[in-house]
Amino acid sequence: MTRRPHLLTRRAVQALWTLALTAAPLALATTARAQSDTTDPRAHLKAGLYDAGVAAKGMELVAHRNKPDVFHPNDPGGLTYANSDLAFGGHYVYQGNFSGIQVWDVADPANPTLASVTQCFTEQGDVSVYGHLLFVSAENTGSRLDCGAQGVDQTVSKERMIGVRIFDVADPTHPKQVADVETCRGSHTHTVVPDPADKGVVYVYVSGLAPVRPRAEMASCEVGDLGDPNSALFRIEVIRVPLAHPEQAKIVSSARIFGNLTAPPTHGLAYADTANGAGRRGRQFTPRVPAGTSAADSATIVRLFNGWIEARRGDPKTEAALRDSLDKLGMKMPEPMPRGLGGPSQCHDITVYPAVGLAGGACSGYGLLLDIRNPEHPKRIADVADSNFAFWHSATFSNDGSKVLFSDEWGGGTQAKCRATDPKDWGADAIFSISHGKLIHRGYYKMPAAQTVNENCVAHNGSLVPVPGRDIMVQAWYQGGVSVFDFTDAAHPKEIAYFDRGPNDSTKLVLGGFWSGYWYNGYIYGSEIARGLDVFKLTPTADLTQNEIDAANLVHYDLLNVQDQPKIVWPAAFPVARAYLDQLERDHGLSADRIGAIRDALASAEGMMGAKRSAALNKLAAGLAGDAKSASDAWRVKLLTACVRGMAKKA
Amino acid sequence: MASLPIRRRIAGPLFVALMTAGLTAGRADAQAAAKKDYTPADADFMQMMIMHHAQAVVMSDWAATHGARPDVLVLCQRIALSQRDEITLMQHWLEARGLSAPDPLRMNTPHAGPVVDSSPMHMPGMDMGPDPMLMDGMLTPAQMRALDAARGVAFDRLYLTGMIKHHEGALKMVAALFATPGGGQQPELSGYAADIDAGQRAEIGRMQAMLQTLPTSTSPTR
Repeated sequence: MTRRPHLLTRRAVQALWTLALTAAPLALATTARAQSDTTDPRAHLKAGLYDAGVAAKGMELVAHRNKPDVFHPNDPGGLTYANSDLAFGGHYVYQGNFSGIQVWDVADPANPTLASVTQCFTEQGDVSVYGHLLFVSAENTGSRLDCGAQGVDQTVSKERMIGVRIFDVADPTHPKQVADVETCRGSHTHTVVPDPADKGVVYVYVSGLAPVRPRAEMASCEVGDLGDPNSALFRIEVIRVPLAHPEQAKIVSSARIFGNLTAPPTHGLAYADTANGAGRRGRQFTPRVPAGTSAADSATIVRLFNGWIEARRGDPKTEAALRDSLDKLGMKMPEPMPRGLGGPSQCHDITVYPAVGLAGGACSGYGLLLDIRNPEHPKRIADVADSNFAFWHSATFSNDGSKVLFSDEWGGGTQAKCRATDPKDWGADAIFSISHGKLIHRGYYKMPAAQTVNENCVAHNGSLVPVPGRDIMVQAWYQGGVSVFDFTDAAHPKEIAYFDRGPNDSTKLVLGGFWSGYWYNGYIYGSEIARGLDVFKLTPTADLTQNEIDAANLVHYDLLNVQDQPKIVWPAAFPVARAYLDQLERDHGLSADRIGAIRDALASAEGMMGAKRSAALNKLAAGLAGDAKSASDAWRVKLLTACVRGMAKKA
Repeated sequence: MASLPIRRRIAGPLFVALMTAGLTAGRADAQAAAKKDYTPADADFMQMMIMHHAQAVVMSDWAATHGARPDVLVLCQRIALSQRDEITLMQHWLEARGLSAPDPLRMNTPHAGPVVDSSPMHMPGMDMGPDPMLMDGMLTPAQMRALDAARGVAFDRLYLTGMIKHHEGALKMVAALFATPGGGQQPELSGYAADIDAGQRAEIGRMQAMLQTLPTSTSPTR
């Protein structure tokens, strides 16, 4: 360079150069990507609708119910009668279906009985329950006000109903349709958010992916770009529902959370790939990835670069000079992004975690972190993208709110994406830590067993399993079965239990498998698309002890909508203390002798009553406080100490 | 570039029979559901999208041999894998309804060497069949040959530019499907079309960002 470029200081040029180079060729020397395990017992199961082979570890099936006859249980394939998501209230399980709703009475979870079945074509029938109201998502443009299955022939029709259907389920044996809230893009999923200030009100966040309805059908439905405040795109709709008057439910705000997502982050490559390529960087160009940037994340670099340019746009003179400067550097001035194209115009699903005031939005090519302290007006506070992700599907927070797990529904759920040849970080979960309002990538989890080409399989819906001291999740993988895994160490998630059946059919892909797998009051409920409803319980293994299972089973929900994530609080009780002890034994967090002595002390205290028990537990707690000083897992010893103190108080 | 809302001749006699039957969505009748749960526009969409996808696979497969930048290569690998799988999905959907399912990449018949176009169009890498036409966003044979001749940064640029246009064409095809009376309501198709829209929209964003990081001339660091 012979002369100082316009507008750019030498330092800026160097920074830019560095940015441009690191943004580009972090080489991938055709690394062998990790692949699924073909030796796993789940990899070669016999096919069959109701007589398929089964492989299970750490969990067992306690009940199975076929779909009721109106949903054609012997005619699988296709999605017309597909089971979808689950919601829980009291001893009832509400199971969605593309053609209606089923209510199961699970007062005895080993013996579910069908309380009612309602026929109503409503793809995809995502369900939530709150009080006496049941909310059901309708997105298919053929969904009708009258619930009929004949579709809607006209492009503009008053018979179409896409949005949220509301049923009164005060009597679960007789659900009554009480209201429909229509939206411009229907409702693919929805999320119930209780009003923190008014017990009589809930909000429903709607995520809809249907094309925008014609204005002749619904006057408020405009198609506009990201800058258009009236556009039905680039927003989530917020419905306010007065519980006593569901007929007054209506859209009260449209949260525009997609604005100013600067240039879409590309995250060119997976961490492993970029690390692999790191050795090929030119020596004079030391990459300057800012502290806190997700590992070798070229997304951040591209974003910085483009953000720097964008900040200088607007004045034609400035732009021309900048273009000239970049040209001299052999770089091209990026074209301004068409507003909105390429960025998300909608979320697929949103999980709210009111206890920490956050929501995770899984939105097309992005994962978003939202502030929902004012539930009527959610605000975006962070966003992340990942080139290994095709389609951000859903979010689950760790109970302490320090982590969020996003799933990628690569292929939309109807395709085989767990074949031995499919990369382990595609169609998987990505786990992020949340630090100062930023999302930092830590690791991936994918159900590890290879599946056949006849099994649709990819990450899908799951919930936390409330084992104290660990982050454990159960998750549905369609025909890949149900997988339970520990993501306490976000960089090294590990499977601890599973259940899987062989494919529906040995000759072709017949759609089916688990839509969702959720823990509810001691059992795991699986919604099987083709086969019906399954109920499981966890069984002890080296990775999960009976004490840990017993401790989880102390947690009781009166109501559970998994996308409205509840804060789990464990009682101070013997199974919880013993669960922590088992964990200390597993991770060698305390010496074996000491663990043995503490177990004896707990057993002895359990045999006492009242003040005597209290004194014994206080004595134990004092000893544990001392242990915490030298234990290699001091964090867990402190959890145990607090638990024993709490038990002493209750005694 | 030719833009064809409806493709007429593919399905043959069955297609005509269904048209005359005035068929739209027939989900109410469960027995008949397997045979008549779609509209002519649904069938056209699937048949045309197979051809559209096939070209994306051909373009993406070239990355490995044409010196694509590593992140472009990974993108290409996923587009090729995803769209091959989707071609299979669409073929199954059509076959399950007794409709003809194009196989422009010869995925279902053993063959040696590259696929040769039997049509006068001479489209590289795929067979356009007896009724060749370019769907929205597809590259012309000349553009495809230019891409095939490019290497390194030139390939990356042509690929990304072409594939963004190609994806935008797919979004238009989805929009056109939903704009037809009763179109896109068959449940598997409804979900699949929505997935194309969401997935390819996200990929357009990634490709736009990648395009912005390409040097204008061949950089000494490559």
